[in-house]
Amino acid sequence: HQSSTGREERRFAEVPRESIKLMAESTGVELSEEVAALLAEDVCYRLREATQNSSQFMRHAKRRKLSVEDFNRALRWSNTETVCGYGAQDALPFRPLKEGELFFVEDREINLVELALATNIPKGCAETMVRVHVSYLDGKGNLEPQGTVPTAVQSLSEDLLKYYQQITRAILGEDPHLMKVKSVSHDLDQLNRLLHMVKSLVQNPYLYLGSYVRSLVSSVMYCILEPLAASINPLNDHWTLRDYAALLLSHIFWTHGDLVSGLYHQILLSLQKVLSDPVRPLCSHYGAVVGLHALGWKAVERVLYPHLPAYWANLQAVLDDYSVSNAQVKADGHKVYGAILVAVERLLKMKALSLTLAAEGSGAGLPGTTTGAVGFRENSPGLSPPPEPLSEPPLGIASHLQAGGAGCQWEEWTPVSLPAMYCELYSFFGDSLAVRFSTDPPLGGAPAPGPCQPLEGRKEPASSAPNLENTRKMPQLTASMNISPRQDGSPRMEPQPPSLAATVPGRSLSRSSSSSSVSRSRSSSSRPGRSTSQSRDIFPKSRFPLPQAGPPAFSFIIGGRQMGRRCQGRRFQTSFTPTPPLTTLPPRAYAHKLPVIGRVSKPVRRWTCSHYSLHLPL
Amino acid sequence: MTPLLSAPGKMAAVQDGPMELDTEKETKPEILSDGTSKLSGNAASGTLSSSPLTAGGAPKQEDQQTLIAVLQFLRRNKLSESVEILRREAGLEDQEDSQTLDGSGGGKGDRDGGEANSLLSRVSITSAAAPQSTLTPITVKRANEQLDVSVVLSAYSQQGDPSLYQVYYSGLKNFIESVLDCHRAELSQLFYPLFVHMYLELVYNNHENEAKAFFEKFGGDQECYYQDDLRVLCGLTKKEHLKGNEVLLDFRTSRFVLRISRDSYQLLKRHLQERHNNQIWNIIQEHLYIDIFDGMPRSKSQIDSMSGSFAGEARREVNKVKVFHGLLKEPEIEVPLDDEEDEAENEEGKPKKKKTKKDSMGSKSKKQDPNAPQQNRIPLPELKDSDKLDKIMYMKESTKRIRLGPENLPSICFYSFLNAYQGLTAVDFTDDSSLLAGGFADSTVRIWSVTPKKLRKVKSAGELNLIDKESDDVLERIMDEKTASESKILCGHSGPVYSVSFSPDRNYLLSSSEDGTVRLWSLQTFTCLVGYKGHNYPVWDTHFSPFGYYFVSGGHDRVARLWATDHYQPLRIFAGHLADVTCTRFHPNSNYVATGSTDRTIRLWDVLNGNCVRIFTGHKGPVHSLAFSPNGKFLASGSTDGRVLLWDIGHGLMIGELKGHTDTIYALKFSRDGEILASGSMDNTVRLWDSTKAFDDVETDDFTAATGHIHLPDNSQELLLGTYHSKSTPVTHLHFTRRNLLLAAGGYSSQ
Repeated sequence: HQSSTGREERRFAEVPRESIKLMAESTGVELSEEVAALLAEDVCYRLREATQNSSQFMRHAKRRKLSVEDFNRALRWSNTETVCGYGAQDALPFRPLKEGELFFVEDREINLVELALATNIPKGCAETMVRVHVSYLDGKGNLEPQGTVPTAVQSLSEDLLKYYQQITRAILGEDPHLMKVKSVSHDLDQLNRLLHMVKSLVQNPYLYLGSYVRSLVSSVMYCILEPLAASINPLNDHWTLRDYAALLLSHIFWTHGDLVSGLYHQILLSLQKVLSDPVRPLCSHYGAVVGLHALGWKAVERVLYPHLPAYWANLQAVLDDYSVSNAQVKADGHKVYGAILVAVERLLKMKALSLTLAAEGSGAGLPGTTTGAVGFRENSPGLSPPPEPLSEPPLGIASHLQAGGAGCQWEEWTPVSLPAMYCELYSFFGDSLAVRFSTDPPLGGAPAPGPCQPLEGRKEPASSAPNLENTRKMPQLTASMNISPRQDGSPRMEPQPPSLAATVPGRSLSRSSSSSSVSRSRSSSSRPGRSTSQSRDIFPKSRFPLPQAGPPAFSFIIGGRQMGRRCQGRRFQTSFTPTPPLTTLPPRAYAHKLPVIGRVSKPVRRWTCSHYSLHLPL
Repeated sequence: MTPLLSAPGKMAAVQDGPMELDTEKETKPEILSDGTSKLSGNAASGTLSSSPLTAGGAPKQEDQQTLIAVLQFLRRNKLSESVEILRREAGLEDQEDSQTLDGSGGGKGDRDGGEANSLLSRVSITSAAAPQSTLTPITVKRANEQLDVSVVLSAYSQQGDPSLYQVYYSGLKNFIESVLDCHRAELSQLFYPLFVHMYLELVYNNHENEAKAFFEKFGGDQECYYQDDLRVLCGLTKKEHLKGNEVLLDFRTSRFVLRISRDSYQLLKRHLQERHNNQIWNIIQEHLYIDIFDGMPRSKSQIDSMSGSFAGEARREVNKVKVFHGLLKEPEIEVPLDDEEDEAENEEGKPKKKKTKKDSMGSKSKKQDPNAPQQNRIPLPELKDSDKLDKIMYMKESTKRIRLGPENLPSICFYSFLNAYQGLTAVDFTDDSSLLAGGFADSTVRIWSVTPKKLRKVKSAGELNLIDKESDDVLERIMDEKTASESKILCGHSGPVYSVSFSPDRNYLLSSSEDGTVRLWSLQTFTCLVGYKGHNYPVWDTHFSPFGYYFVSGGHDRVARLWATDHYQPLRIFAGHLADVTCTRFHPNSNYVATGSTDRTIRLWDVLNGNCVRIFTGHKGPVHSLAFSPNGKFLASGSTDGRVLLWDIGHGLMIGELKGHTDTIYALKFSRDGEILASGSMDNTVRLWDSTKAFDDVETDDFTAATGHIHLPDNSQELLLGTYHSKSTPVTHLHFTRRNLLLAAGGYSSQ
């Protein structure tokens, strides 16, 4: 009913005479100007008086916040009628009313009948209890850094220390010890805030994080992978947290690649470890998958893809269990399934993209991609981070660089050709994979020439082969090492073409062209994933036709929604015949092996959501 | 203008010796006639403003007026007996007569001028300093409160030209700014009270705009610690607002006390005489009390450390009464020393400490402390067997006590109240740290057992009849095992509970609440035994005597009351604070009670006669916590300004200021041996201070003791031994166990 206006130095709430008049009118009294003015002044004074009196109730209740109750007590003791109905703890926001310049507290009507007959009776709040915390002091009165800043922080300069304190206070309330992530693993809110802090730290261009990046990364990794205490409760949305953390991880790699270069492999290893450890809960696996996804499609290709067969067994077991007790786990399993699907899909797309770009080669390449560069930097968590080439040279190049001793001690690994990969993945995912590709509606629909070719190359390898052969030798290799954003796009020299033909019938490819001795050894290491597939044999994979046998609707459009977000995407929007809306496609043979709970409609949407959430909201 | 010199009361007498008598004679008739004209009700204010009233007479007149007004009031209500008593007690017969003579009592006034003088000094002590006995002053005060408003406000009716107020004030300001540095600080004390009175005078006389202009112009000059009051003041712009404003009433009913050295005072007097600045001089005479001392003028910091309360500083003479701050002799109790105990201790490796401990205890019991009160100065309850057992336990425990010091700080054990949505407002531990009580804003009191021993009720009467009363374990048998639980809830209050206090024998618990009552709960049956009604307004604090039986409470009605558990009415009423009594504590010897108040003063009251024996000023905000040192010599007080002040009770001096907290200090506690002072605050910290050093560092020579002007060393940082943060939990209570482990408690607040 009153609008507060700060006046000069006296910071008083004042009730304007207009309000008084309005209130008088509402009760049917007409007030003259003077009376209103006098009344207004008196009302102000009485309000102030009551407020002052109420403050003592606040002080004695040992609170900092004046409550409505305090105010009412003050009124009661001065023999004034109290104001009822505002006892709730929540803040009461004033709302303005456009016409009439009224401000009022929103007062919703509550249906008492509904409330009384409601079935979800609110639980009483937890019992008040007393908990003890002992701080043992040594003789000198120093106890564990309770309340003092962590040692790492102590070495900071004055200004930075202030900055630190401001941050910690802003984020963690008044309590600086929560800086350790582990201490808050029970509190998703805290973790979320922590992640946001990390993000803003990372984004702060004026902050040189130096070695602290490592600790940041470890915090983020913790959020991605750890089976948090909060995860036990299915109501807690720890998935988002993991997604966000993964997103952040990729962001860190994008922006601070120079600082974390050494960490890349370490992280990949740890992700791999988690993924290959069947004892870990599914939420950890999920974290690992989104983490890999965030680290770029190459990470997916290198870690997730070879592990997929082994992992699939476990996942399948979970998904096939229809028992009630398993419901929760199964739901988690679906999450993981979705994450994997998203990851491999990206993998496929990127691979295909790299091929096409390579195919495009010298022709349309540079001018187009430079614009894309910005976009990449900004919003492509799915792409490999820029520093990657330093430590982990892109696939095709890898061989050269490794041979040159570029210091990549990482496990041997053979790139797999796109079609082979697709075949394999299709064997796992069935049509849902295809669905995800084909559901992407072409943006704009304006046919762009050219780049469609190499895509088709997947089906008709012969046509694309020559193109790729050309590009492979391009001198972009060196350039790609510096220009980060383009990494993913063009010079990712997958020496694919020759294999394409070979892969379709059989998966193992004998690649000749650029593979050196290293590649051979790699292929041996990657093979086991496929050949040792006892577990996979358990899968009824054989029942499924190989891709070729699949529906011919295979020619898909890469320039879908995902790609459309980036500049390059548009170039792939070709004049392909639009595939039928596949969302309605019945689940395919393998797919319907999967638990059906809303798999067609709901999970898919959720997956896409989770996929989207990986994008940096910049 | 010689009459101007006749300052009120003794002060004037001291100053200008021989002149005094003349002026007294001159003024007396006027006073009396004025008083009568006023009471007869015709044009009281008119005559006052027009008559060239001598300033010296005004306060006397006021006091007399009050008394006469009370008489009138009583008469009107047909309380003839009370009238008689009051007249007899106040020696007012003469004045009464003269009043009936309607102004012709001039001769009489002449005759008993000296007598009136002495009577007035008595009266003024009653109304301003302290009640002399329990009940009579209260009636006076009650009646006062109703009359004071009109009486006091009417004093404002004399007015000069409102537009000249600014000139007056700035004239004085210029003068004070031009005097020597040493005097400037002292005379600057005048600014605030003068400012307030002049402003109120303007408001009272409906010069709203002038008042606002006056405030605008000079409000900013005032000391920063008066900001809170100024904020209240600047809201007052209408005469109607003056009525019923408590802060204002405080200002009017009590005279603002200033301590000024004789030199500075002379300087001021000369200036005002030269300028014929009557307006200001009148205010000084009527509303201020200038306590003149001989010697060096005080420095700014000395003044600042002492000022800040509603009514200026304490008059020196009120702190001159002897206070028996020593401890009572411990009763002789045979401590059975079994050898097992000894061995156990040797294992713990502290045999030496035990020895010293015993020695000190022995000496304490043998030699009577010269400062200690008579053992039976106030009657104390007899020790029961269970008390003796407890004493033995206490002694045993204290032999294991850790000797604290700057090198050896106590560990801290923090009791956080979780899920205390209803609002934790007060906490108390029993002396042996076995029970914990929490008072909540939802009117409940909850008790927890801190030890594994559960809380059990005594069986019902019917069941009790069945048990064998001769058996050895009868005490165990009377307990109802079915009711055993970790915590109990006590319901009974109808408003937030603002304080809880355990009795030393752990049989009772007191709680005080917003509903105006203090309740006594039995911890045997967990029921309410008594509701002590008397405050009628929220009771902010209550505290048991260290010997049990007595307890003290203080509340919004500005008085503290002393109760005995078996009396439903208070034994003593300690009246004198100008605002709410926010906290109360018993002296360790139970002969005195300390109270802290919103008027920013701390008062020490004698339980025996209800007198106020000490007034400590210096806090700049409401006092919310008090703690006596275990030896009874010192008092620590904490307030909303985040400072802890230390006081020497014997000398009546401030001896230390501990700065560091950033919010209200709600808890203060000395360690068992007094070496460490722990303070807990709203700012979520517990701080430990080196109290030994704080007390030793102060040099109390005769001069400082005599004048009360102490120069405080600014050594808070050296004295601060540690700061310990809680996790978003304000510290509500602190307690040292008998072995000197520090317990802290507070409600976790999630915001």
